[in-house]
Amino acid sequence: MIPAPFDYVRPGTVDEAVRALSEAGEDAKILAGGQSLIPVLRLRLAAPSVLIDLGGIPELRRIRDDGDRIAIGAMAPHDDVLRDELVHEHVGLLAKATATVADNQTRHRGTLGGSLAHADPAGDLGGVALALEAEFVIAGPGGTRTVPADEFFVDYFTTALGEDEILTEVRFPKYTGWGSHYEKFNRTAQSWSMVGIAAAVRTEGGTIAEARVGLSNMGTTPLRARGVEEALVGQPATADAVRAAAQRVTEGTAAPSDADAAADYREHLARVLTGRAVLAAAS
Amino acid sequence: MTTTAESTTPELGRSRARKEDARLLTGRTRWTDTIALPGTLHLSVVRSPVAHARITGIDTEEARRLPGVLGVYTVRDLAAEGVSLPCSWSITPDQKTPHHPPLAVDTVRFAGEGVAVVIARDAATARDASELVVPDFEDLPPVLDMEAALAQDATLVHPDFGTNASAHWVFDSEEAGTGESADRLIAAAESDSDSVVIRRRYRQQRLIPAFMEPRSVLVDPTGEQYVIWTSTQVPHFVRIFMALMTGIPEHKLRVIAPDVGGGFGGKLQVTPEEVLCTLAARKLGRPVKWTETRSESMLSGHHGRDQVQHVTLAAKRDGTVTALKVEILADMGAYLVLVGPAIPILGAYLYNSIYKFDAYRLECTNVFTSKTPTDAYRGAGRPEATFAIERTMDELAAELGRDPMDVRRQNWITHEEFPFTTVAGLHYDSGNYEAATAKAVELFDYDGLRREQQQRRDAGDPVQLGIGISTFTEMCGLAPSRWFGEQGYVAGGWERASIRMLPTGKVEVVTGASAHGQGHETAWSQIVADQLGVAFDDVEVLHGDTQIAHKGLDTYGSRSLVVGGIAVVNAAKKVIAKARTVAAHLLEASEDDLEFSGGRFTVRGTDKGMAIGELAFAALQAHNYPEGVEPSLDSSATFDPDAFSYPHGTHLAAMEVDTETGRATLRRYVCVDDVGNAVNPLLVEGQVHGGLAQGIAQALFEEANYDEQGTLVNGTFVDYTLPSAADLPSFTTDRTETPSTTNPLGVKGVGEAGTIASTPAIVNGIIDAVRHLGVTEIEMPCTPQRVWRAIQEAQGRTTQETPIDTHSPGAGLGSIDPNNPQEEEVQ
Repeated sequence: MIPAPFDYVRPGTVDEAVRALSEAGEDAKILAGGQSLIPVLRLRLAAPSVLIDLGGIPELRRIRDDGDRIAIGAMAPHDDVLRDELVHEHVGLLAKATATVADNQTRHRGTLGGSLAHADPAGDLGGVALALEAEFVIAGPGGTRTVPADEFFVDYFTTALGEDEILTEVRFPKYTGWGSHYEKFNRTAQSWSMVGIAAAVRTEGGTIAEARVGLSNMGTTPLRARGVEEALVGQPATADAVRAAAQRVTEGTAAPSDADAAADYREHLARVLTGRAVLAAAS
Repeated sequence: MTTTAESTTPELGRSRARKEDARLLTGRTRWTDTIALPGTLHLSVVRSPVAHARITGIDTEEARRLPGVLGVYTVRDLAAEGVSLPCSWSITPDQKTPHHPPLAVDTVRFAGEGVAVVIARDAATARDASELVVPDFEDLPPVLDMEAALAQDATLVHPDFGTNASAHWVFDSEEAGTGESADRLIAAAESDSDSVVIRRRYRQQRLIPAFMEPRSVLVDPTGEQYVIWTSTQVPHFVRIFMALMTGIPEHKLRVIAPDVGGGFGGKLQVTPEEVLCTLAARKLGRPVKWTETRSESMLSGHHGRDQVQHVTLAAKRDGTVTALKVEILADMGAYLVLVGPAIPILGAYLYNSIYKFDAYRLECTNVFTSKTPTDAYRGAGRPEATFAIERTMDELAAELGRDPMDVRRQNWITHEEFPFTTVAGLHYDSGNYEAATAKAVELFDYDGLRREQQQRRDAGDPVQLGIGISTFTEMCGLAPSRWFGEQGYVAGGWERASIRMLPTGKVEVVTGASAHGQGHETAWSQIVADQLGVAFDDVEVLHGDTQIAHKGLDTYGSRSLVVGGIAVVNAAKKVIAKARTVAAHLLEASEDDLEFSGGRFTVRGTDKGMAIGELAFAALQAHNYPEGVEPSLDSSATFDPDAFSYPHGTHLAAMEVDTETGRATLRRYVCVDDVGNAVNPLLVEGQVHGGLAQGIAQALFEEANYDEQGTLVNGTFVDYTLPSAADLPSFTTDRTETPSTTNPLGVKGVGEAGTIASTPAIVNGIIDAVRHLGVTEIEMPCTPQRVWRAIQEAQGRTTQETPIDTHSPGAGLGSIDPNNPQEEEVQ
């Protein structure tokens, strides 16, 4: 399919990219892998005047150890993230969730930053970033600022990014030694999550000491299930205790209804899958 | 003269990798869209976003002004209001067949119907300009539900007909003299305490054929003939109908189907775009090309299935079925397209399947709605029939508390009873259901899985196990021309082949079959290699071009091998007969004293002989040949079979159902198909694998969903959940070989078997897994939500389904509806 005409620029540095974005005005779009944007252009659901491709900025692909955090460049492809040893060791939940994103081709082209900035509530990585309290590094004309995950996701496809700003890096605190699991429920292997549950837990002698739970496709943004996290702390990592805690997963959610899953079924799935995700993470 | 070393092992039965693969897999081949002619113009179709409306105006001014646009045409501008796309099948003498112009004239009748075309110098400009064409519509209420469409006060899709019913077709075994009255036996069973009557309603959801290569047409009007390249299964149909529709004389039309990337029935069509490109090319005197987008394909290419079946089955309490009655509503969509009305009828003689019933009645009503027209999709009528009977046999077994395989055994035709004339009047030539079933049951470990099922039930395992059975037969090799004539089809069913003996010993085979992924070039080469005793690599198979294969009836309905392949055999036999005469003359021997073996004629009892290639060279020189004989070995044959072929098989599916989430997972799939003798077992296996994937997809994954306005809401591959390899297990496929007795190779069709058999195996497996929870029916596709709700309801927990927003953007890109674009921010 043929998209509407647009101009294309490929800056070599973040500064150039920020400048290009300011010059292009509000009709510009950032191309950060294109796994969502290109289909939207091809279906002519969007017709930006300029595409600013971040694919030519090598520094945005780096994954590095940043002391008590792992810092991942916004343009790191999913495949880099899921294969990275630092990510595996310290942010295992992110590696597991990333491995479920679409298919192999998409994971080579699509990027962590592109996915998070797209802010599709059905995406697999927003809930992970929320649950793990990631930090978003944003560059704009006035310099760089940092936004915590719980302020980053604002609404459907809407984030704290200003029109003249670019997401450059996402920093995840280290969860070294935590157990984790991403429970994804979809119609076919390549489809989006009907519900996705991201869980990370730290256990001490069979008791859950800390827990983090993030949700995909249970509202207009990725969500964090703080009620479940609270309920889990101090509980034994047993099926009964975990399932009881998982009942709180729908607190504060606004599950959508679509042809694959009406809201009541989504809520039911969220409860079942939260129990499974936490138990798998704790085992 | 060179000849490739002669093969001594027979080619028939040999698993060979396909000749075609190198050019296809490396992308070396040319598809229609990659054929580039100088000066080609590009056509884009402006399509209706609404299902039913009067066109009050079409503003084309802005589109015309776009640089690079040569024209924007409505159907009137092309003088094509009177052109009607072909429907080649009248299932009843009084069938209502609407006029079907290539673009809507005053009324659009389905979302996706074309209202205008744009012609531009490049495809991008054509696409841009089509966005600038603004049709004005006065909305009419869409007709979406078949049952409502038949009500007294229903809105009419074609008001002139006074009804939305296109045709009503009936088969009754009493009237046909093939059995008793089903109505009478069912009535008797109802008042007999020693009998049971099972009633079920099944829905065959609407499916989209989803071939890999989108359709494409290129028409070059600049030579002596119009040349039409098109991604079609039926180049010969396109040529004839194009001549009839446009008035371009048939001899001035050449149609080429180059390599075609899949069809599955979806390219068994003469399309509006083929006509539009031809008319535009004639008007402008330049080549015109159209290539569809995927969404365009899903919206406007014909769909498949979409039937509601009411099944009534009567049986004795001992398990013997006495009568079957089937009432079908078949959704035609807005128009009758090429063979659309006949699709349910292609299954109508098969609801009794492999069984011996005393009585059978089927009534089918074809219904117009405001949806995309329906037509062939892999299996075409036979999957629907197989589903209905195989689901119902399971229901009968459940009612009687019997093992569903035992109930089938009790009712099926035993191998000693062949040939067998069924209650539907079909003459099954051969089969061995016991053998295929025994093999499948063993490979599957049926008894072991039944034990595991019991253990899981006893333990209350959240994941329950079910075993799905489908014992099927089908009628394929769609041919006998006389049968087609009796059924109201305008075409015949024969196929033609020609063999050209080249003087260097090589062979060209021209076939009227039109392959689009089947591997005909490989299989036909194997057949000819055996028949003529030449090497496999010395055979070239030519097809898909009406100038080369001037006669043919193309590829659909699992007909190519059992009709076209036999034509190849017959042509080869004629070549040998001619060669024998020439050989006898040159070897100075009597024809009766010649033996033909391994590609060589030898005089019996001597070492004197000539290879068939040498005879071809001698025929070319023609220096010395017998009186009264023409100097050529080339031969043609046209084959019209007397009968269908009846592949059969036993398919078994082990389904795991997660009762907490409703997800049904296929754990193990075993099928034993009997397609008679296999020319190439590897090709057979490939056909079965692909067929299984599509049949399983109907059971679990696919459905074309419309909203209440009549808009297709899942018109992309993101939300039309087509399974990939990741969604399916490795299949265990095997075969029994009961040769067909109605053709010299003993072969049967295989292209559709997997699709026909697999759908009920999956659904029976799911029901079997949760039947003890009270579930007796789940509509297809059996999505996790549907399975979960069925369990909840069976357990007395009514679930309150929240109203669904079909345009909700909540589930990713998938719910972005290309027909109802909504503004949103995307990075």
